[in-house]
Amino acid sequence: MLGDWPILSLVVWLPIIGGALVLANGDKHPESTRWTALVVAVLTFVASLSLWIGFDPGSAEMQFVERAAWIPAFNIDYYLGVDGISMPLIILTTFITIFVVVAGWEVIQYKPHVYMAAFLMMEGVMAGVFSALDAMLFYVFWEAMLIPMFLIIGVWGGPNRVYATIKFFLYTFFGSVFMLVALIYMYMQTPEYLGLSSFSILDFHRLPLTENAQFWIFLAFLAAFAVKVPMWPVHTWLPDAHVEAPTGGSVILAAIMLKIGGYGFLRFSLPITPDASMTLDWLIIAMSLIAVVYIGFVALVQEDMKKLIAYSSIAHMGFVTLGFFIVFQIGAQGIPGAALGVEGGMVQMISHGFISAAMFLCVGVLYDRLHSRNIADYGGVVHTMPIFAGFMVFFAMANAGLPGTSGFVGEFMVILASFRADFWYAFLAATTLIIGAAYTLWMVKRVVFGAVANDGVAGLQDINNREFFVLGALALAVLALGLWPAPLVEVMSATVANLLEHIAESKIPGG
Amino acid sequence: MKTIYLLIVLLPLLGAAIAGFWGGRIGRAGAHWVTSLGVGLSAALSLFVLGRFIWGDAQPFNESIYTWMVSDGLTFEVGFLVDELTAMMMAVVTFVSFCVHIYTIGYMADDQHNWPKESLAGTHSYQRFFSYISLFTFSMLMLVMANNFLQLFFGWEAVGLVSYLLIGFWSVRPSATFANLKAFLVNRVGDFGFILGIAAVAMYFNSLDYVEVFEQAKDPALGFADMQIQIWGDASWSLMSVIGILLFIGAMGKSAQVPLHVWLPDSMEGPTPISALIHAATMVTAGIFMVARMSPLYELSETALTFVLVIGATTAFFTGLIGLVQNDIKRVVAYSTLSQLGYMMVALGVSAYAAGVFHLMTHAFFKALLFLAAGSVIIGMHHDQDIRNMGGIRKYMPITWFTALLGSLALIGFPGFSGFFSKDAIISAVSHSEIAGSGYAYVLVVLGVFVTALYSFRMYFLVFHGDGPRDEHAKAHLHETPKVITVPLILLAIPSVFIGGLTIGPMVFGDWFANAIYVLPQHDTLSQVGYTGVMGFVQHGFMTAPLYLALGGLFVAWFIYMQKPELADKAKQALAPVYTMLDKKYWFDEAYQTVFAGGSRGIGKLFWFVGDRGLIDGLAVNGSAKTVGWAAGIARQVQTGYLFHYAIAMILGLLLLLTWFVL
Repeated sequence: MLGDWPILSLVVWLPIIGGALVLANGDKHPESTRWTALVVAVLTFVASLSLWIGFDPGSAEMQFVERAAWIPAFNIDYYLGVDGISMPLIILTTFITIFVVVAGWEVIQYKPHVYMAAFLMMEGVMAGVFSALDAMLFYVFWEAMLIPMFLIIGVWGGPNRVYATIKFFLYTFFGSVFMLVALIYMYMQTPEYLGLSSFSILDFHRLPLTENAQFWIFLAFLAAFAVKVPMWPVHTWLPDAHVEAPTGGSVILAAIMLKIGGYGFLRFSLPITPDASMTLDWLIIAMSLIAVVYIGFVALVQEDMKKLIAYSSIAHMGFVTLGFFIVFQIGAQGIPGAALGVEGGMVQMISHGFISAAMFLCVGVLYDRLHSRNIADYGGVVHTMPIFAGFMVFFAMANAGLPGTSGFVGEFMVILASFRADFWYAFLAATTLIIGAAYTLWMVKRVVFGAVANDGVAGLQDINNREFFVLGALALAVLALGLWPAPLVEVMSATVANLLEHIAESKIPGG
Repeated sequence: MKTIYLLIVLLPLLGAAIAGFWGGRIGRAGAHWVTSLGVGLSAALSLFVLGRFIWGDAQPFNESIYTWMVSDGLTFEVGFLVDELTAMMMAVVTFVSFCVHIYTIGYMADDQHNWPKESLAGTHSYQRFFSYISLFTFSMLMLVMANNFLQLFFGWEAVGLVSYLLIGFWSVRPSATFANLKAFLVNRVGDFGFILGIAAVAMYFNSLDYVEVFEQAKDPALGFADMQIQIWGDASWSLMSVIGILLFIGAMGKSAQVPLHVWLPDSMEGPTPISALIHAATMVTAGIFMVARMSPLYELSETALTFVLVIGATTAFFTGLIGLVQNDIKRVVAYSTLSQLGYMMVALGVSAYAAGVFHLMTHAFFKALLFLAAGSVIIGMHHDQDIRNMGGIRKYMPITWFTALLGSLALIGFPGFSGFFSKDAIISAVSHSEIAGSGYAYVLVVLGVFVTALYSFRMYFLVFHGDGPRDEHAKAHLHETPKVITVPLILLAIPSVFIGGLTIGPMVFGDWFANAIYVLPQHDTLSQVGYTGVMGFVQHGFMTAPLYLALGGLFVAWFIYMQKPELADKAKQALAPVYTMLDKKYWFDEAYQTVFAGGSRGIGKLFWFVGDRGLIDGLAVNGSAKTVGWAAGIARQVQTGYLFHYAIAMILGLLLLLTWFVL
């Protein structure tokens, strides 16, 4: 029986231990380092697939649960489990990591063992974030995530990496401190209401909280998650981090780390502080819509491809938070559609994981050859790299939300849902059809099409087999999710329904 | 039947995939064979399906192929609805597409000359072109065969994608990559409205399935006709008007209606075969098809119908005028397409959906013919597209000339030709309409007939008559194009002449569309026309103004361009302001370029420099960093390096935090 195996622990610790081994291997044998890293990444992915296979989509309960005392003095447990929300995100993590390893194959010549180790450990830690059901364990993973990313940008980053890493670190650290305070506060409340002190997130879900407490806890979580997503106006670390990060760092950052913010809203904010979420939903909705419109315009005028895609990520993540927080206004009207919004936000997260990874990898392909991310340094790439150009146009279309690609599914669901909340939400959200297409395709026009711009472009070599494999696999994922999203939506629907039922009830004591 | 429908859709897709992914391996001949065969089979099966509807006892088919997704009780499906309307569209799309595939073998034969020598994109451009047009056929079939709004939107965007790829096919030309971006973005403005319309349907009908939505709309007990919603403040809006107008904004993009028409003339940057297939015969008519398909929704809102009518009439007349001053042979035909699309919209606006769709069909044949004939001329002229350099081509390219003449006569509505029946049906329907705006529309569509004849025959005479091409070199090399080009012209000329008279009875005035199109009795303008058979319709045509306006336009064109060429210049000088206005296309492009393209970049720069860099980063982030730095300078005094100092500080801090929380 699959459920008897500690699969989650395997998914968390296999890459961390694998990373340690790779690190211990030293920099003498870069080839064996790379192969070890790849084998570990693939094995982890295979292990995570068994989560999907063994998952019972009809149940909203936590599955594959593992629990053991960790720090008994404070009732802190090593407590792991997944539901329909976290399971797809774990598989996204293990899936994307394979491509990060492959994409860095011969590109990274400086200390490849540290590079590969950092990404493998990162993978395990991120899987830990998604599967932790103990708040302290979650927090440890959450903060641990910063270290490898800090190293990745700081060691393999661009010229301005010090500013970027500090900004990245302080921003996210600033947010998470408030979250820690909130977690400790709730821990202290548990004995009164639940009879024992607990850091269990599921206990926090059941914990009654006064309106005032919910208000502050909500804001504390918001500080942590809004920075991670990132939401306007705490987004400015992201473009800087992306620009300085090596390709693999950008991929992990965009494809997975941002999702942790979205995940936090679903795992913490909504179920723990439903009343405050309802009262303050306008704030999140406003921030989301500003992200879609304002950031879209900012993306339009970027001259650096990575910055452009970074801003595009922020705009796309606006759909995620919008989808999550329109549920109250839909529910208040007594019509269906709330689940459509949450599921749409979830699908958008997975889809953005594929597309943003692919877009950053595309830029990486060009950067590896010409060492420039400036749009103006390119033009007419299609004449020297036709296969690459095909991929780039495909992913650009996916980024612009073309139906048939995954980029469409989440946006479509969120637009349909937000129309039910308020016509103007849908109106503003739907402007992404125009702005998103404008910034993406304008970039494509200047980079891919036109006459060959300079000798650099004239000398470009089309993608090799390794790059073809990476982009091809992601293209298949984008198409598969775009043509048949049903399986993904199915695994999350019971969990989402349960979440919506839960947040419909007030948690104010006596209220 | 399901297997047949699947084959009709998937054969072109298969051809596209083979030619696209393995174009290098199968070579040029392999690519055009596999795609033409796929589309040819698809066309044969479509004709078979249509035949079963005409002569057999085929019933409408409505089945899901697979469930795309179920979320929150809302089912999203991929499935087919094949009724008489769809069957007709399938036949037109696949037939024209097949003709264009054959034609392309000749037209793109020398495509390598359009690419820089060292360009790798140019090496398999021939195969890629075939892949794209087959992919287009697949997308268009998905659009017309959809049985739900999701798939409609899929097809809608997929044809837009292929249109984008094909307008920018010669990606080395800056004008082409400008035009395809413009086309995509203007279409996206339409889709913006369209997706909101779909969201409204999904919300209020709680379904995306056509039949389920239409049944609810037709049921008076549910009262959709009178439903009001609030959008802004307390003002009430009729739900059906909102849905109708939002969906129609999508149609305005795809079918290039004013003010979203600006992309279509520029789309002529694409190779001529796709101008015929995509930007004349099929894709641009998607908006007309969509409104006809949604007739149960549009019937419930006269406001929406009036909106359709006024936009259509405006497009029909004012874009036709621009056609008078164009000198690029493809652009004349492009403005003519805009104008004719306007006519179709007018028909929809007066609830004469059948007449609109009928004109869609006849127009698909004669306009594809005119474009392909223009392409044939362009090949003969070695890619000179300026009609002022042409003339006398009749003598050198007899088949092209004669088929183009037939196409032009059909376009101006010469009695007996297909276009006559479809255009007169529309004008008659408008004359019987009582809906708001019908008076305005009537005047414009009647005047438009004169304009159509004038620009059509201006082009015809300048190209085919008079003295030979100006350039002696061009004249020496001028000869008829090969059979792969002339045969499609002939194939298209046949329906351009005959299809109208043959089918007007059942299609427009009969009950052919009874299953597919829904008209309320009070809107039924077509039944008031008093149709008494084909001959009666022709006779009636001789008693009304449009026929004489068309003949008048033809005559004026002949007189000016054949008899008194100096008259054209005099008219140009006398009407200088009007000429400038038309030459500048009412300044739409300039205005959009400044306001929307320039404006968005301006807003982007403002947000970026002032918002992100100035306020957020400059003031908040780096500002607080500086403040922290300053504070740290003071706090540094505290850093003594003694462990117990830190320990005390930590304990004090924890105590403070705890007291604050516990109290």
